[in-house]
Amino acid sequence: MAALNNLTEHLEAFVDVTRSPTHHAESLKAIATSLEKSVLSINQLVVEMDMYLTTTDDVVRARGILLLAEMLDYLKPKPLDNAVVNSLVGFFTAKLAEWRSVRGALSGCLALIKRKGVAGLVTATDAEAVAKSMAQSVQVQSLALYDRKLCFELLECLLEQYPEAMINLGDLMVYATCEAIDGEKDPPCLMVAFHVVELLARLFPSPSGPVASEASDLFEFISCYFPLHYTHTKGDEASIPREDLSRGLSLAISSTPFFEPYAIPLLLEKLSSSLPVAKVDSLKCLKDCAVNYGVNRMKKHYEGIWSAIKDALYASTGTDLSFGLESLTSPGFEMNEIHREAVNLLQRLVKQDISFLGLVADDIRVKMIFDTISRYSRYEEMLDTSKLEVLVVSQILSVSARASVESCNTIFETFFVRLMNTLGIVESTSTGDLVHNENSTVSTRLYHGGLHLCIELLTASKDLIPSSEEDSSTPGCAQQSWCSIVNKFSASLIEAFTSAVQSSNDDCTADAYLGVKGLLAMGMFRGGSSPVSRSEYEKILTTLTSIIAANSAKTVKWELALKALVCMGSFIDQYHESEKAMSYMGIVVENLVSLVRSSHCSLPHPMILEATSEVCSTSPTYVEKMVQGFEEAFCSSFSDFCVNGNFKSIENCSQLLECVTNKLLPRVTEIDGLEKSLVSFAISMWNQIESSVVFSYAFNGREFVEAAMKTMRQIVGVASVNSQNSIIQKAYNVISLSTLPAMESIPLTFAALEGLQHDLSTRDELILSLFASVIIGASPMASIPDVKSLIKLFMVSSLKGYIPAAQALGSMVNKLGVGSGGTNTSSDCSLEEACDIIFHESFESGNTNSSDVTSKTICGSETLLAKICLGFYGSLDLQTRAITGLAWIGKGLLMRGDKRVNEIALVLVECLKSTNSSGNALHPTAMKHAADAFLTLMSDSEACLNRKLHAVIRPLYKQRFFSITVPILESLIVNSQTPLSRTMLHVALAHVISNVPVTVILDNTKKLLPVILEGLSVLSVDSVHKEILFSLLLVLSGTLTDIKGRQSVSDNAHRIIECLVKLASYSHLMVVRETAIQCLATLLELPHRRIYPFRREVLQAVTKALDDPKRRVREEAIKCRQAW
Amino acid sequence: MVSGLINENPTVYERKERRVRTDSTNTDEFSVEPIDQLEIFDILFFDFAIVNIHHIRDIRDPEHPYSLEQLKVLTEDSVEVDDLKSYVRVTFTPTVEHCSMATIIGLSVRVKLMRSLPPRYKIDIRVAPGSHATEAALNKQLNDKERVAAALENPNLVEMVDECLSPSFE
Repeated sequence: MAALNNLTEHLEAFVDVTRSPTHHAESLKAIATSLEKSVLSINQLVVEMDMYLTTTDDVVRARGILLLAEMLDYLKPKPLDNAVVNSLVGFFTAKLAEWRSVRGALSGCLALIKRKGVAGLVTATDAEAVAKSMAQSVQVQSLALYDRKLCFELLECLLEQYPEAMINLGDLMVYATCEAIDGEKDPPCLMVAFHVVELLARLFPSPSGPVASEASDLFEFISCYFPLHYTHTKGDEASIPREDLSRGLSLAISSTPFFEPYAIPLLLEKLSSSLPVAKVDSLKCLKDCAVNYGVNRMKKHYEGIWSAIKDALYASTGTDLSFGLESLTSPGFEMNEIHREAVNLLQRLVKQDISFLGLVADDIRVKMIFDTISRYSRYEEMLDTSKLEVLVVSQILSVSARASVESCNTIFETFFVRLMNTLGIVESTSTGDLVHNENSTVSTRLYHGGLHLCIELLTASKDLIPSSEEDSSTPGCAQQSWCSIVNKFSASLIEAFTSAVQSSNDDCTADAYLGVKGLLAMGMFRGGSSPVSRSEYEKILTTLTSIIAANSAKTVKWELALKALVCMGSFIDQYHESEKAMSYMGIVVENLVSLVRSSHCSLPHPMILEATSEVCSTSPTYVEKMVQGFEEAFCSSFSDFCVNGNFKSIENCSQLLECVTNKLLPRVTEIDGLEKSLVSFAISMWNQIESSVVFSYAFNGREFVEAAMKTMRQIVGVASVNSQNSIIQKAYNVISLSTLPAMESIPLTFAALEGLQHDLSTRDELILSLFASVIIGASPMASIPDVKSLIKLFMVSSLKGYIPAAQALGSMVNKLGVGSGGTNTSSDCSLEEACDIIFHESFESGNTNSSDVTSKTICGSETLLAKICLGFYGSLDLQTRAITGLAWIGKGLLMRGDKRVNEIALVLVECLKSTNSSGNALHPTAMKHAADAFLTLMSDSEACLNRKLHAVIRPLYKQRFFSITVPILESLIVNSQTPLSRTMLHVALAHVISNVPVTVILDNTKKLLPVILEGLSVLSVDSVHKEILFSLLLVLSGTLTDIKGRQSVSDNAHRIIECLVKLASYSHLMVVRETAIQCLATLLELPHRRIYPFRREVLQAVTKALDDPKRRVREEAIKCRQAW
Repeated sequence: MVSGLINENPTVYERKERRVRTDSTNTDEFSVEPIDQLEIFDILFFDFAIVNIHHIRDIRDPEHPYSLEQLKVLTEDSVEVDDLKSYVRVTFTPTVEHCSMATIIGLSVRVKLMRSLPPRYKIDIRVAPGSHATEAALNKQLNDKERVAAALENPNLVEMVDECLSPSFE
């Protein structure tokens, strides 16, 4: 039998201690697999191993037993014969007594005991035998770490799986555990040991049981670990974090009530230690104990615990109460861990036993609070001790109130009424009228401390409502006494808070803060049974709204009120409180929206807009309302401007549009129905423009036009195709009614174009720009009417210098014909035709050289547009505009991957040459524009042709353009005659290179590096090119750091260093210097022999940089110098 | 040779809160930011921050990586700088009067500044008055350029200084 032969081999290998651990593992694995596959039965194995298990050689025997144990561990899921298991358990149990083979015996027992759910379980009597043998013969603490852990695990397993057997053993188990734990120091073992104690406590709950009688000993053994402290913080013990272990200990301590006489005094003592960890642990543990020991046992310690909690709270509370915006919904001061645990404990105790509250109520410091409160009226005036007093007591009371409904009732009965009296807030009579006798004093006796206390209590009681409303069987909170108390005082409380807010001035934020926070607390009661009636709730809203409306500057008060309103709004939305929502809508939303609508109010316009958009974004219904309001506001102020020439209202308009773009548009996907209202907003914009026929006042409102364009573009961008169509239709109607169509028929002669310098009225300009925005934003699916004439219109206007028109052209060219394939005949014009129009037709009536137009669809340098670009006709202005227009059209074509872009690129390149093919010299400005055209072509634009605006984008279009243009530009650079054209060619090349993804550059490093370096040196001559120089330098640094470019960098090291050294003193841009020095530092990664020759040169340059005027450069230089 | 530690149990001070620069958003491209006290201090500390002077020679005990700053050998106030006159003076305070490491500390500081400041600077290193037994001799030694140059030609010394200056990681 091959298996058996191998077996002997493997057995030998495992038993031989001189072999390596990997060897052992291998043979173990081999045997295990053959057992698992049932090639070998466990009986056979035992028979085969006979010699190893019984030999007198201790080492071999120990190994043999261990092997058997390991096998059983592997076989846990495999069914075994009961008899086999029985005899094996007997064997291992016997071996437990033998210290040399104890590891094998322990793991064998453990493996067998752990078996569950399969055939072959250890019987209860066997388990009992195991436990007995272990208790009697294993000296846990004399064993090694791993064996100790096995012992504890065995105990744990026995207790978990054979509770009855263990109960029979009784005292023995408890003794064994005590003995085992005594002196244990390793976290992994302790972790298990603590669990064992917990299990024991669970097994013997009777007061006459072994745990009860041994409680003091057992507790002594585990309590010596408290509080846990690791002496070695780092390294090996990372397996068990301190938190877990301390949690385990805490569970062990709190496991049985029998520990109570020992545990609580110990914990209280540790609580008074100065170690923060000890305090936190004690508090946590006390909480566990409170849960497990039961009320009766805890009762006698209440006084001690109470004073300990008090001390902890006093010691851990700071005296700074923040009056900031962010603390409106939080306690307002910092909480550390001690504080948090103390609060938890207090809450637990109060929840568990209401009588604990008696201690709280009788406490002298708590009683004193009313004196303290009435001593100071302003928080700032208080002494630190009194501040502390107020904060802690308010914490204590609010936490206790939060614990349960009964405690809340008690607290309110005992303290709230008294507090109200101290504050001079009076009860309203049963009819709801205020008793007005003390009204005058209300405003004078606003004690901040008292207000704070009061607010804390209200907030606490507010939190109780949800829990009592979840099940309807409990009586609603309206019946509870606290609720009726609040109800009685609510009117006057609200009045008090209101007066606090209103009396506050700018230098004292505390008044405003407390007032607003109080109102917020009153406004956040949930449900119909809230103690605050509807009219009172509305009063709160009115107050807050009036604060927002009344202020003319952005004060803290204003911000606080706004935040409070937003909180209340989202609260309503969260809990679906329809009744309150109605009040909110009626008071807050309507008011604010009407503020937006009315152009005459004291509040600056941006602030109204901010308030409105913040408040209204809490719920979709409000948003709808708001957009309507915005719409009306836009219309009214726009017409106000048109008719009366009110420049303020046009300013308002642009602010409003900005608000729409920045606040609303990003949330379109979140809010249902927002899209629809925005579309209607856009259409009404068009309506308004349509109806205001005459702009009686000329304005130079670039700002407004831009804001309007941006809004229009983005609305169209997010709208669905159908809504886009309707907007386009609307816009087209407007445009066809305007004077613009006349431009289409303008004879496109150059003379005519020249003559058309300033004939667009402001209105036409606005319409044209907006229309262009619509086109830019439209998706390819949307249908655009009358494309041909529109193209002509845009053509003419782009030649007159309207960049939006050029962008719209690019966008049209980009999207034409893509959508028409499926859905509808979206356009009456294909891309072919459009290009025809753009490049040929429009100038067919030109009076000169029109015979040149011969080729049909090619748009190379033969076309008229190209000729304008090259400066054959027309003025310089016309030429530059044509170049810009061409760039945008080119971008549109490029992105959809159209071939014609090559021709455009050629034309642009032609423009860069110093003299073009026919010998005409080109003007420098035109060349500059042509160079910048490459930037337009390559970069991602915010304004048009991006993904958001539905551009058709072919993948890798940048790479394609890169591979087309770079060779051309390179060869031209080599052949260029004048320095100017050389520079311009470099600028163009730099634009292309710096906008293409770095990976492309990395693939071509060898070829590109010389060009980049040359470009860097050419561009560094003139400060005009500093931006592009920087982006080119970034490309270079990208190649330096990458492994792909390493070889060619190494080849060109001398040139690179030369170039970088020069740039290290580039005076026009700091970042250039900084990056250059960083690059020098990265060059050190090159082979030493390659760069060593330049050491001197680099050090000189860097030393010079040490004296750089900019600190960041100096810092880099220091690092770099150190490195070189 | 001293075999044990020179100061076995140095007093360790809390690190002072670092002054934070407020004008970091200086947008003007051509404004000049002069070298100031803090910058020199940062030069001395950001790069070679943690140097356990007392453990350089004999033991490397990772348990006690005190920096010169924690030992209050150097403080920010002990650096005087005048950018216009190109002058720096660093005054340091050895922890014990007989600290034989004082020369090494002084030399390291000098080398660090020499490497990190523009060459126009004159660097002056001093021991705080009354803090060292051989104060005058030490000052003389540290500011004698011949002797500094000679010291830097001694490979053992250079190695030790470099070790002090090599950036260490906390």
